[in-house]
Amino acid sequence: MGDAETLFRLSGLNAAYAATIDADRLEDWPGFFLERCIYKVTTAENFARGYAAGIIFADNRAMLADRVVALRGANIYERQRYRHVVGMPVLGPTEDGVIVAETSFVIVRTMRDGQMELFAAGVYRDRVREDADGVLRFAERIVVCDSQRFDTLVAIPL
Amino acid sequence: MDQSTRDLSVGSWPAGLTRVPYWVYRDPEVARDEQSRVFEGPVWNYLCLEADIPETGDFRASFIGTMPVVVARTEDGSIAAFENRCVHRGAMICLEDGGRVKDFHCVYHAWRYDLSGNLKSIAFRHGVNGQGGMPADFRMEDHRPRKVRITTLHGLVFGTLADDAPDIETYIGPEITARVRRVLHKKVEVIGRFTQALPNNWKLYMENVRDTYHASLLHLFFTTFRITRLSQGGGVLVSENGVAHASATRGAPPQHDTSYAGIRSDDQGFQLSDPTFMNGRNEFGDDIQLQILTVFPGFVLQQINNCLAIRQTLPRGVDRMDLHWTYIGFADDPPDLRAMRLKQANLVGPAGYVSMEDGCVGGFVQRGIASADEELSVVEMGGGAADSQDTRATEASVRGFWKAYRSVMGF
Repeated sequence: MGDAETLFRLSGLNAAYAATIDADRLEDWPGFFLERCIYKVTTAENFARGYAAGIIFADNRAMLADRVVALRGANIYERQRYRHVVGMPVLGPTEDGVIVAETSFVIVRTMRDGQMELFAAGVYRDRVREDADGVLRFAERIVVCDSQRFDTLVAIPL
Repeated sequence: MDQSTRDLSVGSWPAGLTRVPYWVYRDPEVARDEQSRVFEGPVWNYLCLEADIPETGDFRASFIGTMPVVVARTEDGSIAAFENRCVHRGAMICLEDGGRVKDFHCVYHAWRYDLSGNLKSIAFRHGVNGQGGMPADFRMEDHRPRKVRITTLHGLVFGTLADDAPDIETYIGPEITARVRRVLHKKVEVIGRFTQALPNNWKLYMENVRDTYHASLLHLFFTTFRITRLSQGGGVLVSENGVAHASATRGAPPQHDTSYAGIRSDDQGFQLSDPTFMNGRNEFGDDIQLQILTVFPGFVLQQINNCLAIRQTLPRGVDRMDLHWTYIGFADDPPDLRAMRLKQANLVGPAGYVSMEDGCVGGFVQRGIASADEELSVVEMGGGAADSQDTRATEASVRGFWKAYRSVMGF
């Protein structure tokens, strides 16, 4: 893959990922990841200090599916939706077929009563590779939020 | 206390501990009084961990209620804390959350303080070319930010502004002290920090944390996966003065438990496809699976299986608060146990399967009571006392909170 093609495919992956969450197709969200994967939501400060804990942490796709089941069937929170705006990926070196990339994001959250706010901004630090069928999936997506402060709750994944 | 001992502009408060008037969560005058009577009163406020400031010059910015404070490790190895406010014009002396310094400089006019908060030098004190400068009789030692008295307890750093605060172990009582030691029995290590902004008065959160009755009802995750059910063993300890509490869930839930039949949170159809993250390790050598411990006014120590955290509750106006989460492990954690802590952290914090609901529910109350200043909430499960009980189907420790609160507020 040349850089141009990589950029094109990654941008498509990011766009599809964002659209899936924003359209509330959360059941499809784990499918963007490889079966063995890391998904973590943390902050720039924790990331810089090397603190390992996240507010969401999964080391396999089943844990992501569990989160969706919990959100649908267990957890109590007010209806809300996200709108992601995702930037152009910045490519790092490709290692053994693993694409390393960083992509800025902004998420606006709209609550049930219409209240809108800038909910999160940060960078996706990704490791992406093709699965057996040649489809790009996340081996790792670390969601590094610029702020250490989260409003009330982070229910829907970022 | 039998009667209200203060004249309340907003309403009165019936005797006993089983009723709480809703104005106490809404009145700006009450919130102002809380800063002086509660947070700056004869209480111990959690400030940071000793592990945050191991070496000379290490500091951490924290808060006593709304008062910003700096906590620092001084040259002689002791811990000092002082109000984060320059004695000159009131600017914050320290602008970072933590780090290591030789001394502190106010950025506004470069007044300099040592690690204990003593004013050490004033820029252009003698003026320039013989002109200007401070008067000759200005004494730096007469000016210093308010000092905070410090105590430590098993690696926790607490501070008070009151000379008459009892020692910390007297303050929280021997039983709760033992429960702090039970968790913090060796050197801790910070593994993450997050702030959760909650849309409610700080007291609603502290009641929620002390409320052993709600946990398995509001949180389906707990109940369904049998992490905690009221029909399991356990109970709640409340210190004599109401200041501290520790609730515990013990042992395994009964095999065929029907006590939750028909209650929303008992959804037996709900299953995890990766249940391994609940396969915690027994690391404390007893049968307590879950322990929640508080110290008035705003400290929480949490052990949910292997997920350990400290929470600091800080008011941010009458209907806002910040909850500062510090996730911890032990310095000698083996890799598999550390990995388990990271996985179980999914239960807590702003995205926690459990804690996200505690984040919401305070806001539901705050909005629900918008015009209920004349009304009272009912806190009567388990009787009317703030006593230790062998059940969690009680609100005894919530009553303990109000016992401590009314005592310092004079209500």
